[in-house]
Amino acid sequence: MANLRYTEPRMNVIMAILCTVFGILLVRLFFLQVLSPEYSMLAMGNAVYRKVIYPDRGIMFDRKGRPILENTTTRDLMVLPSKLKKSDIPDICRILGIDTIEYRQRLINAIVKNGRYRPSVFEPTLSVDKSVKLQENAYLFEPGFYLQERPIRTYPYHAAAQILGYIGEVDSNILRRTNYFYQMGDYLGLNGIERYYERVLMGERGVSYQLRDNKNRIMGAYEGGQYDTAARAGKNLRSYLDIDIQQLAERFFANKLGAVVAIEPSTGGIIAMASGPTYDPNQLTGGDRRRNFSYLLSDTARPLFNRAIKGQYPPGSTIKPMGALIALDEGVISPDFGYGCTGAYHSCGRPIRCTHAGGGHASDLRTAMANSCNAYFSHIFRLSVDKPAYKNVQVGYDRWKQYANAFGMGTRLGVDLPSEDKGMIVDTSFYNRLYRGVWNSCNNVFLGIGQGELTATPLQMANLMCIIANKGHYYTPHFVSSIDSGGAADTMLAPFRIRHEVTHISPKAYEAVQLGMQDVVERGTARVARLQGISVAAKTGTAENYGIIHGKRVKLDDHSWFVAFAPREAPRIAIAVIVENAGFGATWAGPIASLLIEKYLTDSLRSERLAEVERIAAKEILLPVIKQKRKRMDSLWRARLLGKGLYADAAPPAPRPRTLNLQSPGRPVRLRADTPLPPARSLPAGRGHLATPLLPLSSKRVP
Amino acid sequence: MMPKKIDTQIRTDWVLILLYFVLAGMGVMSIFATTLNTENVWQGFLSLRTDYSRQSLFLLLSVVAGTLIILTDSKVFTTTAYLAYGLGILLMLLVFPFHTEVKGTRSILRLGSFQLQPAEVCKLFVNLALAKYIARTETDIRLLRDQLWTAAIILLPALLSVLQSETGLALVYLAFFLVSYRQGMSSLVLIIGASLAALGIATLLLDPNLLAALLTAIAAIALWLLRKPMRRNRSLLFLVLGAWAFSVGFQRVAVPLFFENVLKPYQVQRIYSTVGRDMPIDPSRMTAEDIRRIEDRKKATSYNVTQSKIAIGSGGWTGKGLLKGTQTRYDFVPEQRTDFIFCTIGEGFGFLGSAALLLVYLLMLWRIVQLAERQRSVFSTCYAYGVASVIFFHVMINIGMTIGLVPVIGIPLPFMSYGGTALLTFSIMLAILIRLDVDRNAVLK
Repeated sequence: MANLRYTEPRMNVIMAILCTVFGILLVRLFFLQVLSPEYSMLAMGNAVYRKVIYPDRGIMFDRKGRPILENTTTRDLMVLPSKLKKSDIPDICRILGIDTIEYRQRLINAIVKNGRYRPSVFEPTLSVDKSVKLQENAYLFEPGFYLQERPIRTYPYHAAAQILGYIGEVDSNILRRTNYFYQMGDYLGLNGIERYYERVLMGERGVSYQLRDNKNRIMGAYEGGQYDTAARAGKNLRSYLDIDIQQLAERFFANKLGAVVAIEPSTGGIIAMASGPTYDPNQLTGGDRRRNFSYLLSDTARPLFNRAIKGQYPPGSTIKPMGALIALDEGVISPDFGYGCTGAYHSCGRPIRCTHAGGGHASDLRTAMANSCNAYFSHIFRLSVDKPAYKNVQVGYDRWKQYANAFGMGTRLGVDLPSEDKGMIVDTSFYNRLYRGVWNSCNNVFLGIGQGELTATPLQMANLMCIIANKGHYYTPHFVSSIDSGGAADTMLAPFRIRHEVTHISPKAYEAVQLGMQDVVERGTARVARLQGISVAAKTGTAENYGIIHGKRVKLDDHSWFVAFAPREAPRIAIAVIVENAGFGATWAGPIASLLIEKYLTDSLRSERLAEVERIAAKEILLPVIKQKRKRMDSLWRARLLGKGLYADAAPPAPRPRTLNLQSPGRPVRLRADTPLPPARSLPAGRGHLATPLLPLSSKRVP
Repeated sequence: MMPKKIDTQIRTDWVLILLYFVLAGMGVMSIFATTLNTENVWQGFLSLRTDYSRQSLFLLLSVVAGTLIILTDSKVFTTTAYLAYGLGILLMLLVFPFHTEVKGTRSILRLGSFQLQPAEVCKLFVNLALAKYIARTETDIRLLRDQLWTAAIILLPALLSVLQSETGLALVYLAFFLVSYRQGMSSLVLIIGASLAALGIATLLLDPNLLAALLTAIAAIALWLLRKPMRRNRSLLFLVLGAWAFSVGFQRVAVPLFFENVLKPYQVQRIYSTVGRDMPIDPSRMTAEDIRRIEDRKKATSYNVTQSKIAIGSGGWTGKGLLKGTQTRYDFVPEQRTDFIFCTIGEGFGFLGSAALLLVYLLMLWRIVQLAERQRSVFSTCYAYGVASVIFFHVMINIGMTIGLVPVIGIPLPFMSYGGTALLTFSIMLAILIRLDVDRNAVLK
């Protein structure tokens, strides 16, 4: 046996080889398992799915506890491509009303987006009809197709769109701004109350960790759910809104431009806030959201634009009570002060006309107020700013501006809505620049009658009524009265509990102004607003305004203003109404305000008043040029939809009474509608062409 | 007859049997862990539809077969060795006309519901035939004639395996050269063979420049160590320098030239992806077709290795526990019942569990080598070394593959991977060894 010679050493060599190889394997395993933590991370990423659970958003109630903003569920039709059966195709196509080409296209989209093993949305937000049909036949399609519920916002009263705002998917901008608090795919409040109270409404997101397999199918909870956190529903909001009043107000403004703000003077709670034109908030939920939104956005009347807080109008005569209060407090007049008006104010060159010419229509403050005498209020404005105690008009006007600011003019009130505008009240440097330092009270005498370099939002005017009704104080206007189980969230409401004192004008001065305003209704310009058994104090306004049409500055029809509060003795509602280009204050704004006051105070309308409601609601008040513009816009939409082959009948989306306006209220506007209509295809479709005509406020705008 | 029976019992190597049951038990448990998905474990078990219950059945069959073998006479194996070899070769040849294609291999014979992979079984017969040949009195392994004969015995089934597209199984036959080595074959063959394999894998795994530096360093150390003998024998210097030049030339020049000019990019990618790497080739050379093929291949092999590394790597020190491995439980690792069964241990029991498993294998090999050395007959020694070599080779390649050290070669982990043929083959192999060991004092020819 020659080979026995090798026995011992060769066995050792072989064992050495074995041990070496096992040693190498062991070292490698040590590196892989102990020294490389990234593999655990990769494994976590592979197998553990972090699912965010969205809580229900908070809902909102009106002052009578009726829900005006709710959550509801719609159904999406989901598809799981890996489980499809061929036999599904004809039935699904029949129920959804699509052809097989469309079916294939959607299926391919779904597979491209989420793969074959994860469900995708086949048709979002099914109509009730389709949903029911699919549910009946669900057993035919499952598990390839199935219905999945999805929460969306709903508005049972179809009202208060501009106030409530809307929610939408987060975009990269918001992601960055919020420091990635939100995640892609989250919904958040983008406007209105939804945005202002986002922190409260959103609730707290929950997280659940789930195991998934190599095809991304969920296999169950990770570690029995011990790392999961539960979602907490958003808090509910209680508001001062009265949805009946809100609906009535919106009804009036379906075919008009303008705004209504009604406030409860004792709390600052907003009873109603409407802006015309408005839209049904339900349009911005559900499946057609994107299309409706771009339609509303391209509308130059800007239904998404809340005129109540962003519309800046010359207040016209409605500012007169404030002018009277300032003059009274400055001591330049007493309630008995009279002015011999002969039909115009002549002291400043070109006469400022007055509606009345008869003797004694401005014999004291009450009478002048009742008759809205322009001469009287021009005069007392000049008396105020030229008060001898102030050494010149600069000081006097500065003082007057301080008063106006204290009344909330030219400042943001701080309502609980985002992007409130502050209106305009210029300071002395503006006049110094304009008149090169040489000016007197005649240059801005128009301020006394609410024209000139003065604009206010409807909210500010309603707030002014609150101040007069409260005789000198107000609470910041706001919607939300309380937050359910508020806790720390109540700090959000703290600013609305502060009582703001407006300088220290004596109650006697207020009394005089209030009586004057009561006379406005009882025997003055606003007799149309008289109510049986309720003493209404009001002031009409007819505001001159200008627009630029085709490059020419044109005087447009006057804005119709009406401000009021009632009952005078113990005010429960203060209101401001403006109807753009509607003429005299008493013609349209007055009746609207009167109906809203009556409805609010008596909770109903007398039967003979219902006809009045119909009459006002049916009346369309639009500049002809705007109507022309709207026609063109709609035809453009039709052309676009036809081009996409979306709608066989080419109806504009969501037919509704709508108004188109090219105006930023209260500002000059360039309209080009008097040119002949060019062929549709040469027009750049969309808002770019139509939204440009806004001009910045011209400084040479004094009438 | 009584005394002989007692003799058999006493002389049976229970250590090996115990190690066998440890490994086979861990195998069934791992398969159970990866495939369990029904609530009712017992129902799944008894219905024999689940993999773990079938593996248990195979284990039972293996134990029965092993017991029968231990109770037979050792002479059966020596006398039938060549016959068995012939039968094995015949089976492998039968595959060509009668194979059933399963998952891309053409190496499986099917008889009703029973599948047989002759290439797997044939290892056993080759081992017997090799032992028989070497044990002949007239054989001297140092002679070229006998070397050629042993090589022929080993390489014939290997060649047939390659023709059946089972390169991995063919490689296993190379393990038998360890037996030849033990019996006196020049160690140079082993050294050169192992070095070439190491060089090949290192070329794929390491950065070319780093490898060149390493090779140069090794050459320098060798020159320094050999400085005294070199004074007497100049040819040593040239030998070292020649080996260095060959190695560096191979990895820096030959391989890149071959990859770039002879092979298609997707073929290159295939070679690289077997070690879980991306191809270091300029993408501009590739056509759309190449890219598509590469992507397909990446999805298969590279994905396997990556997922297997993730599964094992996520085990940490002690692992996630049985049935808690997120990767192996949820099918992230492909083929995890069969070739990637080690992932289950790696993920479920971590480094300590993996080390323990390696230790069990090492103990088994050590025990087999011990047994081999105490045999009186050369046949038994050779056979025992053959068993050790095959098991060793399988463990090295299989575990090395799951942790990205060795190219992906689909061979099972002995006693653990799911699969009846493999388990039965390894069991019978071990049983024959134990039977031979009972007769360790007899002279078997």
